[in-house]
Amino acid sequence: MFKKIGLKIIFAVALTSLVIIGVFAYFSVQSQSKGLIAEVERHANQLSETVVASTRVDMMLNQRDRIQQIINSIGTQKHIRDVRVLNKVGEIIYSSDSSNINKMVDKNAESCFACHAADKPLEHLSMTERTRIFKVNPDSNRILAIITPIYNEKSCWQAECHAHDSDQKVLGVLDVSISLAEVDKAIVSSELKILFFALIAVIGVGLVIAFFIRRWVSNPVKDLLSATQQVSQGNLNYTIKEMGEDEIGKLGLSFNNMTKKLAEARMQLFQSDKMASLGRLAAGVAHEINNPLTGVLTYSSFLLKRTKDNPEFQEDLKVIVRETLRSREIVKSLLDFARQSVPKKSSANINEIIDKALSVIDSQLSVNKVRVVKQTEHNLPALVVDANQIQQVIINLVVNASDAIGKDGGVITILTKQISLAPLGITQIKKAACPKRHNLIDNDFKIDGIPAIKVKVVSDGKEGIIHLDPVYGKHRNIFNTGFKISKDAKFVCPDCNNSVVDQEKVCPICGSPVLVFEISGQGRYEVCSSENSNWEKWDYIDSLGLKEFIEIRITDTGSGISKEDLSKIFEPFFSTKGQKGTGLGLAVIWGIIDNHNGSITVDSEPGKGTTFTIRLPLSQ
Amino acid sequence: MMNKTADILVIDDEQVIIDAVIKICKLDNYTVDTALNTKTGLDKIAKNYYPIIISDIMMPDGNGFDILEEVNKQKKDSVVIMTTGFSTVENAVNSLYKNAVDFIPKPFTVDELLSSVYRAFNYQKIKAKQIHLSLQKRSDEILYVTCPAKYLRLGYSTWMNQEREGTVLIGVCDLFVKTIDSVQQIELLNVDDEIAQGINCASFVCSNDRNHKILAPVSGRIVEVNESVKTEANIIEKDPYFEGWIYRVIPANFDYEIKFLIPCSSDRI
Repeated sequence: MFKKIGLKIIFAVALTSLVIIGVFAYFSVQSQSKGLIAEVERHANQLSETVVASTRVDMMLNQRDRIQQIINSIGTQKHIRDVRVLNKVGEIIYSSDSSNINKMVDKNAESCFACHAADKPLEHLSMTERTRIFKVNPDSNRILAIITPIYNEKSCWQAECHAHDSDQKVLGVLDVSISLAEVDKAIVSSELKILFFALIAVIGVGLVIAFFIRRWVSNPVKDLLSATQQVSQGNLNYTIKEMGEDEIGKLGLSFNNMTKKLAEARMQLFQSDKMASLGRLAAGVAHEINNPLTGVLTYSSFLLKRTKDNPEFQEDLKVIVRETLRSREIVKSLLDFARQSVPKKSSANINEIIDKALSVIDSQLSVNKVRVVKQTEHNLPALVVDANQIQQVIINLVVNASDAIGKDGGVITILTKQISLAPLGITQIKKAACPKRHNLIDNDFKIDGIPAIKVKVVSDGKEGIIHLDPVYGKHRNIFNTGFKISKDAKFVCPDCNNSVVDQEKVCPICGSPVLVFEISGQGRYEVCSSENSNWEKWDYIDSLGLKEFIEIRITDTGSGISKEDLSKIFEPFFSTKGQKGTGLGLAVIWGIIDNHNGSITVDSEPGKGTTFTIRLPLSQ
Repeated sequence: MMNKTADILVIDDEQVIIDAVIKICKLDNYTVDTALNTKTGLDKIAKNYYPIIISDIMMPDGNGFDILEEVNKQKKDSVVIMTTGFSTVENAVNSLYKNAVDFIPKPFTVDELLSSVYRAFNYQKIKAKQIHLSLQKRSDEILYVTCPAKYLRLGYSTWMNQEREGTVLIGVCDLFVKTIDSVQQIELLNVDDEIAQGINCASFVCSNDRNHKILAPVSGRIVEVNESVKTEANIIEKDPYFEGWIYRVIPANFDYEIKFLIPCSSDRI
């Protein structure tokens, strides 16, 4: 019924306010009607006292007509229904309704019952006991009646009429009944008012809540929803606009952050793929071209040898040989590009590499009025890198920055610093052993190119092999056993069938058995045996703390890169320089940094400038 | 021993290359037999005897390394020169590790091929002689000096020795020196130059005008060049493993590259 979160909240709030207002209204009406009845009671009592007092003299004188007259005249008042006087045997002696006179009232009748309930009649009653509210028939108005006992006094039994004995206590009862129609009307109208107010209040609260929910919850959630749809359709450049500082706002920010990270990861993956296929292409092309080139080179150099005494031929042939050798170098460099897989690494200081790179392009920068600001951290530890390749990277990035700045001049800032990042997702398990020291690394099964850890599972009589991710923190474990692993399955070494389960421990997340492996010289690696939990622990690596990187940032004040271009700049053959560029520069840079196990990212704001951030690991 | 049908067997799937090799080899009066694929090549190797086999690596019906392995197993007295258009360092060092006498990247010049064939012939002769001597149980005659036990070598031509300071020394093996004529001049790189495993790092100009290039056994940066070798080339012939070192290098990727090097201790069994 309630498919929208807003409606659910409105319903909950409306229900709550309805209950609160209802309870409040109930008690309010209750106390109001009580007050009204009490007022009527007091009035009736007063009236009764008045009647008794005003008829007292006439009673003494036994002037019955006058008494009847007084009662009649009181009985004519609008809301007074009946005034009657009953004697002690229950006979109505006076009544504003003359038809009732001389009728007998049963002791159990309402006007008598209060005193005559017990066998021996009571003589004194409190006001509430004397009062009663009743209806003549179910659909008539409520009536409040009050009885006032008329007590025997000295003057009564000494009066001349000698109507009463001196030993009587109560001579009779005055019974006044008043219609509660007015009161009931007032109560109903006040009930209606409160009901109306309650309704208005509930609707009002609902509307106000609806307004704020739409503003604070529904709209942002709608934005988030459409953003996730965009992302699921593959648009990772979609960002959610600022949504404030509350939890949803933070969710939005974290969503943007997530898509950014996803886009980067996808880019790296995409790039790896592309570089690999480009490498294959280059290798194929090189191979195909080298064969015909061999023909040209051998025949021409052969002719060169054969025509030693013919200077005219010699000159021409030398050109052919020279140009073929040049082609050979071009093809070789194409192969070198394709084969960046093995950088020639040696120990080098990044700041020195940067200085060398800058000295190469110094003149070009000064022509363009580009100022280079170096914010390099001193005493940085040496990196093990291919210094030439890294220098090429720096040169390319600085030249790009200078091109982006244009002829009007600007500033390029080069920053280096040492940073620490968590080792999770970086560290590879290279040796894992069972309790009997059998090697569990499976060179024939790789997860993302890295040999995985194999474990034999025996479950319900079936046997299979599971493979665990060798990269600590990546959790890409593969459970391709083809059967369901039961709760009491055994996890053993495939070589010696010894259990690799830690007997004293269970996974703190799902309670499954924990597998434990000896990592030679690096403590124990523990991992949950269940597919459903990502729990793993490697105290040795955790205790090492953070992994060290050198970060190099190159920031320019140039034209910046538009958002569409930003996602493509590391692709081979993508260029914004038109005829000037080949489009290989940033792709090559990416490949070089990737081969150094580093990462390169770019941030840019059109019109303000661009920052390239390179991170190179300090140790492998 | 089978009778020699030709000096050289060329196995390559490109006719133009076979033609070129025949032409070039004629210059030095070598006789050449040919095969256009690995199958024909292996058949011919099984039937006939060739001192030298030049094999392409990538062919439609197979791999040059198969031929190399077959020759290593069956024909102890033949030597193989590997060549390919896919001239990566991996192919080069792999060939040498698997006992090829040389690796010539395509495209090659006449001189490059001739100098390689020349060395291969000399190497083959020494090898044949060695087999001959061992059959006669005459181990007292020394044909060449093997490199010291703790050294590592790339093919038969260059050696490297790890020093205590983390640097490595690089030089040429005596067997290589024995395959070339007396060295007139050595062309070396300079300090701070980078060398790469399987890539040329020096060339020897010999008395008969031939130019022989050697491949670096490891990658790294040159920190010292043996100047005395430059001025007095015959040190290499006299003491190739100690006084005759060529470069002192800081290795760049030693852990990776060491698997392509052959330990010299294996030569003494």
